Amino acid sequence: MSSDATPGAPEAGQDRMAGTAPETGSAKTDPILKADGIRRSFGGLTAVDVEHLEVQRSTITALIGPNGAGKSTLFNLLTGFDRADAGEWSFQGRRIDRMAGHKVARQGMVRTFQLTKALTRLTVLENMLLAAPGQRGERFLGAFGRWLWTGQEAANRERAMELLARFKLDAKKDDIAGSLSGGQRKLLEMARSLMVEPSMVMLDEPMAGVNPALVQSLLEHITALRDEGTTVLFVEHDMDVIMGISDWIVVMAQGRVIAEGRPADIRSNEHVIDAYLGAHHDEPGQGAQQKEEGP
Amino acid sequence: MDTMTILSLSVETAIGPVAAIYVLAAIGLNMHFGYTGLLNFGQVGFMLVGAYGVAVSVATFGLPLWMGFLVSLACSVVLALVLGIPTLRLRSDYLAISTIAVAEVLRLVYRAEFARPVTGGVYGRQSFADAFYDANPLPEGSLGVGRVDFSSDELWLMLVCWLLVAAGLAMMALLMNSPWGRVIKGIREDEDAVRSLGKDAFTYKLQSLVFGGVFGGLAGAMIALNQQNITPDQFMPQVTFYLWAMLLLGGVGTIWGPVIGPVIMWFMLTLFDETLRGMASTGVLPFLATSDSGPLRHALVGVGLMLLIVYRPQGLVGNRKEMLVNVK
Amino acid sequence: MRTRLVTVLLALIAATLAIPGTAAADTQGGASLFGQIRQPDSDEGVEGIDITVSQDGEQIGEATTDSDGNWEVELPGAGTYHVVLDEESVPEDYDAMQVPAGPERDVEVREDQRFAVVFQLVPAGQGQASASPSESESAEEDEESQQDSGSAGGGEEEGAIEAPEAASGSGMFGQVVSLVVAGLLFGLIIAISSVGLSLIFGTTRLINFAHGDMVTFGAIMAMIFSGTSTLAALHAPFEGIPGLGFATNPFVVATVLAVVCGGLLGWLMERFLWRPLRRRNVAMIQMFIVSIGFALLLRHVLLVVFDANRRKYVQFRIQDMIEIGPIAITPRDLGILVLSIVVLVLVASMLQFTRIGKAMRAVSDNRDLAESSGIDVARVTVYVWVLGGSLSALGGVFLGLNQSVYWQMGFHLLLLMFAAVILGGLGTAYGAMVGGLAIGLVAQLSTLWFSSQLMNVWALLIMIVVLLFRPQGILGRRERVG
Repeated sequence: MSSDATPGAPEAGQDRMAGTAPETGSAKTDPILKADGIRRSFGGLTAVDVEHLEVQRSTITALIGPNGAGKSTLFNLLTGFDRADAGEWSFQGRRIDRMAGHKVARQGMVRTFQLTKALTRLTVLENMLLAAPGQRGERFLGAFGRWLWTGQEAANRERAMELLARFKLDAKKDDIAGSLSGGQRKLLEMARSLMVEPSMVMLDEPMAGVNPALVQSLLEHITALRDEGTTVLFVEHDMDVIMGISDWIVVMAQGRVIAEGRPADIRSNEHVIDAYLGAHHDEPGQGAQQKEEGP
Repeated sequence: MDTMTILSLSVETAIGPVAAIYVLAAIGLNMHFGYTGLLNFGQVGFMLVGAYGVAVSVATFGLPLWMGFLVSLACSVVLALVLGIPTLRLRSDYLAISTIAVAEVLRLVYRAEFARPVTGGVYGRQSFADAFYDANPLPEGSLGVGRVDFSSDELWLMLVCWLLVAAGLAMMALLMNSPWGRVIKGIREDEDAVRSLGKDAFTYKLQSLVFGGVFGGLAGAMIALNQQNITPDQFMPQVTFYLWAMLLLGGVGTIWGPVIGPVIMWFMLTLFDETLRGMASTGVLPFLATSDSGPLRHALVGVGLMLLIVYRPQGLVGNRKEMLVNVK
Repeated sequence: MRTRLVTVLLALIAATLAIPGTAAADTQGGASLFGQIRQPDSDEGVEGIDITVSQDGEQIGEATTDSDGNWEVELPGAGTYHVVLDEESVPEDYDAMQVPAGPERDVEVREDQRFAVVFQLVPAGQGQASASPSESESAEEDEESQQDSGSAGGGEEEGAIEAPEAASGSGMFGQVVSLVVAGLLFGLIIAISSVGLSLIFGTTRLINFAHGDMVTFGAIMAMIFSGTSTLAALHAPFEGIPGLGFATNPFVVATVLAVVCGGLLGWLMERFLWRPLRRRNVAMIQMFIVSIGFALLLRHVLLVVFDANRRKYVQFRIQDMIEIGPIAITPRDLGILVLSIVVLVLVASMLQFTRIGKAMRAVSDNRDLAESSGIDVARVTVYVWVLGGSLSALGGVFLGLNQSVYWQMGFHLLLLMFAAVILGGLGTAYGAMVGGLAIGLVAQLSTLWFSSQLMNVWALLIMIVVLLFRPQGILGRRERVG
């Protein structure tokens, strides 16, 4: 998984993030997501405390940090799957804090989960069709009027098959999702989230538990998404992957954002080097925490 | 009692009105648990409000029977809303506890002294079903094939019940093969995933609870017609557990499961009862009192439930492969 | 007329078929006389009134009203019986109503009929006065309900635990005091029984629907042991010796044995049911249903073994009140009160200070974290089941002591235990204790304003309100609800 395997990321990334200072809480030129003062604590423990964060439109932004840094919690908060104690954030200029998860998704911000949530006893195609927005047959009474939704269903089916073909899952369309391998489920989950027609996808550890052969194809899908104009924010552990693919990297530790910047900036950022990159991948947490307690 | 009599009695029970009523209630439960994954351990509560909807409207307030039916359905809808709104946002085990508790609360309230002017308290309500039997278009006398026969009134009720079942199944098939049904099944698999795709899981669950509850209420109303005499203590929690056993026997999350389950189970229960009664009365089993057959039957249902879950979780008509995939 | 006949016939068939559970289960077979004796102006039953049934001058049976005022005498068959209410046994506050029937009756009973005989009480000194005809309610049950005796079971099938009877104090203050005592008593019993339920949920995520029947199991075990002649023989040589005499009292020994049996049952369940199921990766929802299946099995095996009557532990049937300040309490209830508190304190210190107790709380709080920090979760789970089993058995003995023992006592308590653990916070041991006390008090104090029939309704309503506004319970943490 060396970085040179990912085509064209560095130059493209620098272009995309032009005019943005590599410092925490920096303003972006065209932010799709803006967040202020997000806080969430469990018991006495502060899991997330982010002062300011912006995500640039049509880029790949990676969110990294040691275990327990609050990445997933932040994800859950942003997407409406957890309630923040405080904070405001807006998506495409619209306030979405305090909005329920399904409404956030309808705004165009769709997430995936760290532990893949394939709907195991539905077929692959059903998984896809489920995600299509605005279906008339989805309403209780609408369900009885077949003629109301058969046309729409056929159109959705066509789109679903296109997406499945793109993710090389079209041959499996009638298998139940539970029979897919871990990597295929990740692909299905990503394909499914695209059925919602999102302007931003939030991927929670998309490469976790995926066999190396599939990682490459996942990465290609992610860059392709960006190139089509979709914004991607993803959480990941594998540094090589992140450095190769991201336009921008946000580093979190102990619930705070400790650094932001292009891959090159992050590589040379002292905090991060000492705290995170320098240490072994499995135990970067301790270093980062100690470093953070200093200032 | 000879074998033929026992067998024909069992067949009569299996296709009789009571089995049909249980099928109705099981269809509702299948909607809740089989398709949506809701743990409703209080289906009997829906049956209770359904039965009393008819009985109280007619016997206490003198409304016509058809209005009684509407009241029944309205009561089950209200019950579903009252149950669902607080609990459907919580983890599934909370719904399980609340449903069983609310069903029991209802029974206690209906049998309480202060409710007596309306519900008849422990004595319940009688004579409200005459309009139904007066409308019986079938000729008098008993009808049947061989030893299996029913009285005209019984047959009339059976007919109505099974027609309701057919209508229910048709609706269920339509619903579950629609996008609505797809979302519902998605919620059963993983509620969060469905929400992440922009579907309001809560509303769907509430709709499912209401719709399945209405079948429970309908079953209750038919019980009222069938017995023409209802008391609160007929609606003990055991009824719900029987329904669960029947549904699991038939196969959860299938169209035909809730039909097959009750029919087979009633057949076997009657067979068991009658055989035991026959044996006890002829003194083959001296240590067994006739009165023990009821408890033994319950115990047997308990064992059956456990064995089904462990060895055949998909029931008679379910798909084993699908069942095994589900490791949540 | 024809429709009437058909109606009755249909009802007969329906009643035997329709309700599988109650119809069969509650039938005691054969004829019997039963009734409920209540206080003149309330629904509260009057305990300890003796009733004798005889035929042709020969005594057939006798019964004493239980805490709900219920009594039942089984009869050999159809015939005319003479029923006598022993006026000596009526509490001093009341007299048996003399008009029109008085304390002696002759009743005619058909084959297999459960015949209700109503005796009414009046406040002392008014015996001859007010007279609603006492036979009015004894309307014998007609064929329909007779077949369906599950539903017609009068007092027998109350369907609800009636909480400890409160001594009728003088005035509002006295009433409140006695209800608080009764509520504490009931709450402590719920607390003891539900600690296990909550811990089991915490450690295994299982809602154990069989927990109520484990309570019944304890009560019935104690009943069986305390009635054996071996224990009586064991007691005989020590009788009268203070200390040893008490320690060898058949009932005390029986209680200890019942608690041991309860723990054993818990262990057996964990070892031969739950652990294998967990190994098979059976989903949680499936496990709930298995626990319901087990509950049905256990409950009805107990019913076959014990039959459907309510009984009292012979050693403690009727006792005189002792008065401590404004509180009047029987020595029996005082004993329960003190012992319950001692047991709860012991359990709490065990959880707080011992290694295994701490481990239990840790696993209950976060199973994965506990496992990864080196706690042997499987072993802790076994201990939790044993603890839960023994505590529920003890709760059962106390409940049986305070009220009466019958096959559904635990199942009826189960809903209150659910209410208690949800109120306190599902999965926390201390929550179950706090919740139990709260539920007991709410149930009892509600009778100040509302009918005692609705006592449990209030307790369960509280639970639902808690679910609405603080689903994690009083002591639970927010994120547990998920």
